[in-house]
Amino acid sequence: MKQSKIAPYLFLLPGCLVLGLIIFYPLVQAVWLSFTDYNIIQDPNFVGMENYQTMIESDLFWKALGQTFLYLIVVVPALVILPIFLAILVNQKVKGIGFFRSAYFVPVVTSMVVVGITWKWVYAEQGVLNYILDLMGLSSVNWLTSTSTAIFAVMAVTIWKGLGYYMLIYLAGLQSIPSDLYEAAEIDGASKFKQIIHVTIPLLAPSILIVSIMSSISAMKVFEEIYVMTGGGPLNSSKTIVFLIYEQAFSRLNMGYASAIGVVLFGITLIISIINLKVMSKKEKVA
Amino acid sequence: MGLRVLKNEEEEMKNQSVTQHSQKEEKPKKIKKKTPFTKFLYNVFIYSLLILMTIVTIGPFLWLLSTALKSGAENIFAYPPKFIPEQPTLSNFARVMDAFPFWRYLFNSSLVSFVTVILNLVLCSLAAYPLARMKFKGKNIIFILILSTMMIPFQLLMIPIYLLALDLGLNNTYAGVILPHATTAFGIFLIRQAFMTIPYELEESARIDGCNSFQIWLKILMPLVKPSLVTLAIFTFMMSWGDFLWPLIILDDTSMYTLPLGVNALAGSFSSDWRLIAAGSIISILPIIIFFIFMQKYFIGGVMKGAVKG
Repeated sequence: MKQSKIAPYLFLLPGCLVLGLIIFYPLVQAVWLSFTDYNIIQDPNFVGMENYQTMIESDLFWKALGQTFLYLIVVVPALVILPIFLAILVNQKVKGIGFFRSAYFVPVVTSMVVVGITWKWVYAEQGVLNYILDLMGLSSVNWLTSTSTAIFAVMAVTIWKGLGYYMLIYLAGLQSIPSDLYEAAEIDGASKFKQIIHVTIPLLAPSILIVSIMSSISAMKVFEEIYVMTGGGPLNSSKTIVFLIYEQAFSRLNMGYASAIGVVLFGITLIISIINLKVMSKKEKVA
Repeated sequence: MGLRVLKNEEEEMKNQSVTQHSQKEEKPKKIKKKTPFTKFLYNVFIYSLLILMTIVTIGPFLWLLSTALKSGAENIFAYPPKFIPEQPTLSNFARVMDAFPFWRYLFNSSLVSFVTVILNLVLCSLAAYPLARMKFKGKNIIFILILSTMMIPFQLLMIPIYLLALDLGLNNTYAGVILPHATTAFGIFLIRQAFMTIPYELEESARIDGCNSFQIWLKILMPLVKPSLVTLAIFTFMMSWGDFLWPLIILDDTSMYTLPLGVNALAGSFSSDWRLIAAGSIISILPIIIFFIFMQKYFIGGVMKGAVKG
């Protein structure tokens, strides 16, 4: 018996309708809005490249863009490298390892709002972190209220929250590495550390790529931790592109201008994805 | 009690992973015999690292909990900080229950997450079926279009989606909160991969028995991809439960708030009362922590499986 001709389309219809409604239609609309002066109150007027012009001339835009890249440069390497060691640690066959795996995953399931509040308390002027610094003989720091540290303090929280998630991705990768490779390395007299460098890391390459793509895309979109912990301040020192979009669109109602910034964000995300895909296909050819 | 649950789960987790470990770990031992003492040292080293990392990941929450348990008479800014409250009290929790409608927010969060998960399971696996197992015109282009949606940042789309939701009268409704997450390309892809592994013979014999495509999807295919459905459910749940930016935009009626919005509002209106904020934060994460403790096998297994497939 043959399947009917329209069956596949019927199956696809509900999902594609939703995707059309929440992605394709809004995409077209967003690009259109970026060429208008829409502010919710009045009907949109076509203004050509004016929003893009304003954007290029805005110091705040360039500052936010720079800080977004700073975010990318610090957070992505940290989230690519640190969870590898964490995954190796929780891949040890010791009693109670399941408990530790779960403990490291707790920040992942906790909402970013509570994580932000928790860390605000840790970062407080008379908080635990400054106390620890004091014990080590260092002077205390106004983590979230100083322009030179605020964005880094927030980055640390982004990294902290992501560790457990990427750890599991690497753990999945580790458990698929065949054991005879370690055996061979051990026979050749390689130390545990050398085994990690020469066996584990190269064979984790696919996982490393997945983590770099996922963490760079999520770093581009960072918002919640900034909103909760610094509100973009002090003096815009922790504002990123997405924060700027939110602020322009929903506190100043500059929907047109915010859409123009959104289009730029889209462009950058696309470039990053393409670079990642290129690197990936090259790696696949080598392997 | 929580700990006992953890222990049981942990045994299960171990049994699961032992199969994968055993071939890896046992053989090298034959090559180089470890003395009991070096083994002991090695274990001490591993456990110190594990405990250190536990302090890093759980410590901040425990510090918040300690603040929430401190009475009004105790200085929460004491220097050096006191980790154990002098007279632990639940009064801050009682106060916070009066200050914000916790049960209402919990209900809102649960409802939104539950419906989002169900919608994703149904819509993604419906769309995945023809993409995995049928031949039809435009299949490739549709698949590529669906995958390409993963590259479009939500932050660009949220402005038009917000305007659309306003037009449809969906602001301050559950439907409005759920709408942008009702289907994901990731979900379609994940279930498609799972469908592709099922042998065609099963489908053919069902067709001979007179099943139509819908019956095959529901009765043959869906039961066979349960593990992938669980993975998708876990991912969707985590995303939906913790979501903040979209609800922040679409909801301004406080009675519709989800837990993250509720805690954010609490922290905003009692900005100097850290005992209250701490208590509110702890209460608001309890449901997800309890849920996680019971379901950790699925969470951890789900993320690991998603990583391999995605």
